[in-house]
Amino acid sequence: MTAAAPAASTALERYEAVIGIEIHCQLRTASKMFCSCSNAYDGAPPNSHTCPVCLGLPGALPTINRAAVEGVIATGIAIGATTPAATRWDRKNYFYPDLPKGYQISQYDLPLAAHGRLAVETSAGPFVVGIQRAHLEEDTAKLIHGSDADGRRTSLIDFNRSGAPLMEIVTEPSIRTAEQARRYAEELQLLLRTIGVSGADMERGQMRVEANVSLRPRGTEPFGTRVEVKNMNSFRSVERAIAFEIQRQAVALDAGEVLTQDTRGWDDNRGVTYVMRSKEDSHDYRYFPEPDLPPLRVAPEWIEAVRAGLPELPAARRARYVDALGLSAYDAGVIAGQPDLTTAFEAIRAAGPGLSPKEVANFVTGDYGRALNESAERGPAGLVGRTSAPELADLLGRVERGELSRTNAREVFASHAATGETAAAIVEEKGFHQISDSSALGATIEAVLAANPAAITDHRAGKPALGFLVGQVMKATRGQANAELAGKLLRERLDGAGDGPA
Amino acid sequence: MASDPTDLTRRYAHELADGLRSGAFSAREVTDAHLAAAERDNRGLHAWLTIDASTARRQADAADQTLAAARSEGPAALAALPALLGLPVALKDLVSVEGGQCTAGSRILEGYHAPYDAHITERLRASGAVLLGKTNMDEFAMGSSTEHSAFGPTSNPWDLDRVPGGSSGGSAAAVAAFNAPFGIGTDTGGSIRQPAGLCGIVGMKPTYGRVSRYGIVAFASSLDQIGPFARDSRDAAALLHAVAGRDERDSTSAPMPVPDSLLGLAASDDAAAGALRGKRLGLPREYFVAGMEPGVEARVREAVAALETAGAIVEEVSLPHTEYGLATYYIVAPAEASANLARYDGIRYGPGRRDGDTLANVLATRGEGFGAEVKRRIMLGTYALSAGYYDAFYLKAQKVRTLIKADFDRLWADGFDALVAPTSPTVAFRFGARLADPVAMYLSDACTLPVNMAGLPGVSIPCGLSEGLPVGLQLIGAPWTEAELFGLARGYEAITADAPWRSVEPAQLAQAADPAGPTPAERAAGLAA
Repeated sequence: MTAAAPAASTALERYEAVIGIEIHCQLRTASKMFCSCSNAYDGAPPNSHTCPVCLGLPGALPTINRAAVEGVIATGIAIGATTPAATRWDRKNYFYPDLPKGYQISQYDLPLAAHGRLAVETSAGPFVVGIQRAHLEEDTAKLIHGSDADGRRTSLIDFNRSGAPLMEIVTEPSIRTAEQARRYAEELQLLLRTIGVSGADMERGQMRVEANVSLRPRGTEPFGTRVEVKNMNSFRSVERAIAFEIQRQAVALDAGEVLTQDTRGWDDNRGVTYVMRSKEDSHDYRYFPEPDLPPLRVAPEWIEAVRAGLPELPAARRARYVDALGLSAYDAGVIAGQPDLTTAFEAIRAAGPGLSPKEVANFVTGDYGRALNESAERGPAGLVGRTSAPELADLLGRVERGELSRTNAREVFASHAATGETAAAIVEEKGFHQISDSSALGATIEAVLAANPAAITDHRAGKPALGFLVGQVMKATRGQANAELAGKLLRERLDGAGDGPA
Repeated sequence: MASDPTDLTRRYAHELADGLRSGAFSAREVTDAHLAAAERDNRGLHAWLTIDASTARRQADAADQTLAAARSEGPAALAALPALLGLPVALKDLVSVEGGQCTAGSRILEGYHAPYDAHITERLRASGAVLLGKTNMDEFAMGSSTEHSAFGPTSNPWDLDRVPGGSSGGSAAAVAAFNAPFGIGTDTGGSIRQPAGLCGIVGMKPTYGRVSRYGIVAFASSLDQIGPFARDSRDAAALLHAVAGRDERDSTSAPMPVPDSLLGLAASDDAAAGALRGKRLGLPREYFVAGMEPGVEARVREAVAALETAGAIVEEVSLPHTEYGLATYYIVAPAEASANLARYDGIRYGPGRRDGDTLANVLATRGEGFGAEVKRRIMLGTYALSAGYYDAFYLKAQKVRTLIKADFDRLWADGFDALVAPTSPTVAFRFGARLADPVAMYLSDACTLPVNMAGLPGVSIPCGLSEGLPVGLQLIGAPWTEAELFGLARGYEAITADAPWRSVEPAQLAQAADPAGPTPAERAAGLAA
């Protein structure tokens, strides 16, 4: 295919894309949706997390996992959705080897959350995605296709995933661009991670994104023929796949072709979608109320208890960082966008309320962020390595008070992260006492100036040499000089009334 | 009684319990006597699909040890023993018993061994019962004659050419033929009460939610209930008491207390009969249907007259939506069944055809694994749930179901203690008589299935013979009134204790025990020829 990027934009001048996104998220619960099997089966031997219920054995019956229900209620509150006073489960009937009962217990017409929304930032400005519903169902088993010792094709079934709680979140067909779709998926991932209901890792299948894409000529109302796109395993592929599909459909419509209502897969390597199955295979799922589970009453007190347990949501957090703490919109977005950074930022601020929020933000997005990338270790409070919030606050306080240079602070942080030793002990041990006393720096400055007459000449000629000289002072003091003070003293010495060296 | 008074199989379970505690005989002796009867009769009756003699004897020996220890400790220890200790029980072959085969009467589950105990199996073990084996049934409990078993039919011990009813026909025949003092069945539209009626024993379908369905192979989830068979109401009540109660693993099992009065039904006939005085009983006119056999109607009306003589107040009442019961049942039950049986998809269960491509093998396995009646109901249910038909069939049926329930609720609100009705419009019918006409077979349950649709408790008790075959009297109660229903049943037993028919044993027990006699399958084939 030759889907040139410029053509995509012209396609959108003539056609309007109508996009709906369905996202399946595995919920982070201790046990599965309808049985007491552990939900922590990732990496476990095949079929080691099973019981009569999730194997669908004759006579087994489901029981509702309240924690999973609360996960969907929490999500509903976070997207401003309504929760019904009573809900129920339905059987979705279809045959597939990964579905041991021959039906999936899902929710049909009484989802746990309905009519929500999620605001996202895009390159074209803010955009609000309408969310139709979020409901709770069970995951299927996993098929592993391969071949046996004689080379015959085999399919093995691992039931560890069977019955894992799964939340499906469906948007209104209100998305218009591939970028909006990607941003929605990203923002939803952040939201789910923030409220702690799902790991929402796309590569590990904890979050699976499917898109319904159709085009209609601009200015018209009726929906065009819809195509479902699956197999998008990253945010980038969500955007690419939808952009491709818009372009493909536009070309087809321009050529007068009739589109078919297919399910298409995204091939990330080739950058194209391909037909997985056509509409003729579409199922009649014969939904009917699950007779093994009585309707579930969702008391207002229950909803309120879930609401009370929710943390600050990303949108509110970003607004607070900008409005109350004076962070830049960019920094606020970065810190609120990564739960690890949020955790550190909030913890350091709590331990050192007097610290400048901007300084804490710089540290968290800088040195601390790099440490997060380099180490997978997290302490009980969710901080990287062996760090603790009081020590990090102490460290930043020393820098802010000019007692410790930034260069040395970086070393103290590294050492603290590796050993958990206090900042005070490390500073003591390494002898990192910043020289912030002008008289103590005087002799060093004189020596540096004496050794670098060329730099003095350059400076006086208007060339940038001050930085070099500050660097020489830092070097001479093994990083302990207060760099700001050194610069000030050097400038006074070179530009001031005083007599310069010969 | 014409039988040998020393024969332990002729005793009621409560008599056996007394003898075990006094040391008159051992649990091993009780078990051996019943095993011998079961093995002897199984050619002629075919009530059992599995007889597990070695496990049963082990359980009996364990019971004997417990009994001996309690006897040496004294009366308090004896009184504290679990009610069913050392008593043999027959289980319908859809009750999961860990390690044991569980076929539900179907070829597709042949060779399937349940890796876990059903809730009621756990409860029976805890109560000290001896599990003798598994009994025959219509495939997946779909049928009213046990002729739809994939493993061949069961004979009625009253007439070996006739069916025992169904679907729990194996358990009913086993208890009627003295192979076990009591047994477990399930009832979705009459599958306990109808065979109890046709075999001349007591059988109760409890209130929906009274007994956990966990571990019971499902037919129609919103209708299935587990219940007891016995030869009198005291034994049936004791067995219900052992298995009833809330189970966290069945969300539809109710957190209702199980009354201990189930264990204390009046032993004296005078006290039992006295309890009938002043009871207000409704006689639903719609249950005396066209096609009802005159002999059946006569026995039921005589029973009603006897209850009135004993002081009960009987009034004719109306359940106006009864006529829609059959039609709505045959939408709701098959719809649920079509989903419940989807797990037997040809991949995980069944003979496992391997000679075609994957899809052909799967289709062949399912095609050969299910019998005709099961396929018929899967198709009915699939149709009723299909897009475009759901509202007209399933949804409408559920609305009618609400009306059927409202009919009953009005009577409870009016202060009726129970309703009295026939269990089945006919006595036991001959093999093959209703096989050619599914609707004729479905009509066997016309008097029982509205009770399932309404989720109510109902009990069938023997009320005499018509042309030498048993007639069942059905008592229907408000939700959770099993103990009251058993009280009425016990009262009726008391006022008819001296009736001549009470001492008549099933007429063809001797033929059933004949090692050279025909099997039920051979009899059925002979009748068809």
